[in-house]
Amino acid sequence: MAFRSAVITFPGSNCDRDMAVALEQVSGTPAIRVWHGDADLPDGLDFIALPGGFSYGDYLRSGAMAARSPIMQAVIEAAGRGVPVLGVCNGFQVLTEAGLLPGALMRNASQNFVCRTVPLKVENNRSLFTSGYKAGQTVHIPVAHHDGNYFADEATLDRLEGEGRVAFRYAEPVNGSVRDIAGVLNEAGNVLGMMPHPERAIEPAHGGSDGRALFESALKGLVEA
Amino acid sequence: MKVRVHVSLKNGVLDPQGRAIHHALEGLGFSGVNDVRAGRLIELDVDDGVTDEALDEMCRKLLANMVIENYRIEKVAA
Repeated sequence: MAFRSAVITFPGSNCDRDMAVALEQVSGTPAIRVWHGDADLPDGLDFIALPGGFSYGDYLRSGAMAARSPIMQAVIEAAGRGVPVLGVCNGFQVLTEAGLLPGALMRNASQNFVCRTVPLKVENNRSLFTSGYKAGQTVHIPVAHHDGNYFADEATLDRLEGEGRVAFRYAEPVNGSVRDIAGVLNEAGNVLGMMPHPERAIEPAHGGSDGRALFESALKGLVEA
Repeated sequence: MKVRVHVSLKNGVLDPQGRAIHHALEGLGFSGVNDVRAGRLIELDVDDGVTDEALDEMCRKLLANMVIENYRIEKVAA
């Protein structure tokens, strides 16, 4: 069965091609490219990816404008139907701004853009996106962001932790995120937002391939579904 | 009608930019500054018929992120 995935491109997205290449490499099927101004998604999608970048030049707040673009209504509806949605970096910011994930991503505590490979702890390996990892495993995935400082109020954080919705945690200080949170899941478990870039760690030539298992997990989930 | 929307970070939300500005002020030799919080001012020019409810909705849906920010609407005499 072909893996039918879509990558949404906003004006200012710059990791959309990397995401499409990663999806094709892992699944063997080219990803469908979708423009932000489209009102509809292709039918029968198995996976939707919101890529990294600086959509709308980060105007107002990172991800704020993209979250209100026409295609996001379709993404919100698809997420509600259970279609897996992955938001990476700016894609994570868009998901929080769109209300698909709790919390917000603020300016890094250091004020500096951070661009390096960081160690992450896999906190939950029972999700659609993380079943290919071992619980507690440390993986190395690149980050590249200025606004990755995750914030949510204490009650929300306690609920996320209690429900196993923290997918990844930084294993060293990176950006000031509360409780070192690097990636969170929605309540149903079919939406994941994360600041690190798994699509940049797919093959050894990338300097590491720890991101590959994330896409393989989603693919495996589809086959078994 | 001119409307100013003042967007500020909620209490308890760390403000790295405010902190950096604070440090810069100290670096310039200004003393006695206890805290700095940076916000955003958005000026709108709207028809007189635009209701308070609509302005509120604009703020909640787009101009402010209610997870981290508060807003205050100020109507300015033309």
